[in-house]
Amino acid sequence: MATEKVIEIEGLKKSFGDKTVLNGMSLFVNKGENLVILGKSGTGKSVTIKCIAGLLTQDEGSLKVFGEEVKNMNEEQLKALRNRIGFLFQSAALYDSMTVRENLAFPLKRVAHLKDKEQIEALCIEVLEAVGLEDAIDKMPADLSGGMRKRMGLARTLILKPEIILYDEPTTGLDTITSREISKLILDMQERYQTSAVIITHDMSCAKITADKVMVMNEGKCVAEGNYEELENSSDQFIQSFFK
Amino acid sequence: MPVQLPFNQTLIKVADQAYFLKSFFRNIFKKGFEWDEFFRQLYVIGYRSIGIVALTGFILGVVLTLQSIPSFKAFGAEGYIPGMVSVSVIREIGPVIIALICAGKIASSIGAELGSMSVTEQIDAMEVSGANPVQFLVVTRILACTIMIPLLTVFADGMALVGSYLANAASSGISLHLFFYKATNILDYGDLLPAFIKTIFFGFAIGFIGCFKGFSANGGTASVGTAANSAVVTASVWIIIIDAIIVQVGNSLLYS
Ligand SMILES: Nc1ncnc2c1ncn2[C@@H]1O[C@H](COP(=O)(O)OP(=O)(O)OP(=O)(O)O)[C@@H](O)[C@H]1O
Ligand SMILES: [Mg+2]
Repeated sequence: MATEKVIEIEGLKKSFGDKTVLNGMSLFVNKGENLVILGKSGTGKSVTIKCIAGLLTQDEGSLKVFGEEVKNMNEEQLKALRNRIGFLFQSAALYDSMTVRENLAFPLKRVAHLKDKEQIEALCIEVLEAVGLEDAIDKMPADLSGGMRKRMGLARTLILKPEIILYDEPTTGLDTITSREISKLILDMQERYQTSAVIITHDMSCAKITADKVMVMNEGKCVAEGNYEELENSSDQFIQSFFK
Repeated sequence: MPVQLPFNQTLIKVADQAYFLKSFFRNIFKKGFEWDEFFRQLYVIGYRSIGIVALTGFILGVVLTLQSIPSFKAFGAEGYIPGMVSVSVIREIGPVIIALICAGKIASSIGAELGSMSVTEQIDAMEVSGANPVQFLVVTRILACTIMIPLLTVFADGMALVGSYLANAASSGISLHLFFYKATNILDYGDLLPAFIKTIFFGFAIGFIGCFKGFSANGGTASVGTAANSAVVTASVWIIIIDAIIVQVGNSLLYS
């Protein structure tokens, strides 16, 4: 059986004003595979995954998710696609005016169309336990620490059990122990639900735990690709520098 | 990169607003109307503004009355003060002043709230999760403003009459009954209806501009302030323009 490519990007270009951010970016992710993207700050990693989720539209190139060109989708198709994609924002993007419980219930009510209060509550608690935040259920996002916000954002992303998850720096700002737990959680999601994922990270231990495939980005395109060991032992100075 | 002429930019802005308006109307009747959030907004908007609206209305009535007493007295026409106050407040001053105050209070807070949601990617997060941010945030707020601003104006008009009565009673000892008889007797539907319809448009403009400016904020926390500020300015200008248009239309319909 040929492996199905869930995300396929070819020659993606994207500029903001006269600033070119993506300059011929290409990548693909097979079903059930975790792709880790490394790269310096500002090379367009976040922009790439925002294009995948249809939040930004590329200027040139092709971007297919589940075999369909995202650019050509109408509103309904895009919505259907987004139901299958989870997105963890670099900034967590919690809804400030809602409690942790309401943050989690928001997608459950509107996207999964759940009505039963007990079922919603059970799902909230399950996912909060997974990220170690079960005590925070009645707190407001403003009362959470930076690391708690990050884990909370992760909980909200995972609660719908999406088929593709785009993680934008899932472990940044967390201590090493929590960071390892989150990395294991990502791995666990992959194993349990066969999710495919794109993981942007600067945290090499997270990359090592989660990656099936690693990619290094520089100046808006991919400069190296391989599994973790291959890149770790690369002779290229620039690529080496990420693994030190 | 082509240089954009000011006129071009204005056209782009108008197009953006038209697009936003279209997406508002398309989402009103979509399945899954956000009743909870709608009622929450009705409450927030009404509750937040009722104090200032009551105070403004009351003072408006007092001041208008006290100002008119000397000149009306000179002609021995004090008896006309209740009617004069009620016509001028209900037809023109009340709706416009209250709408301008609500532009300052409500449009700015909607602009700031949605602006900060936009720059902290909360709106993107809603969209990416497959929920509908326009339905949840925009439809509820615009409809709540469209309903609450007319009600707040009616309330303020009432407070203005109370203020006017107190000022009147203090100077001439007019009875409550007589005052309200004179104040209401002079009004007809030609005064009330256009004034009320006007406030519906004012409410819509306040909600719409607040939401539009909030959604358009992108580029750091500074743009939240800009969104709030330009929401007030733009909504105020729209209120004046709508007022002028409705006076024209109303006059040509009623008196021609
Ligand atoms: N909406 C936008 N409008 C204008 N410029 C943008 C926008 N989004 C991103 N950029 C620019 O694109 C470039 C790449 O941004 P991006 O967020 O993808 O970086 P990144 O690789 O994720 O970096 P980091 O590791 O710091 O998160 C930056 O220079 C940024 O200024
Ligand atoms: Mg980033």
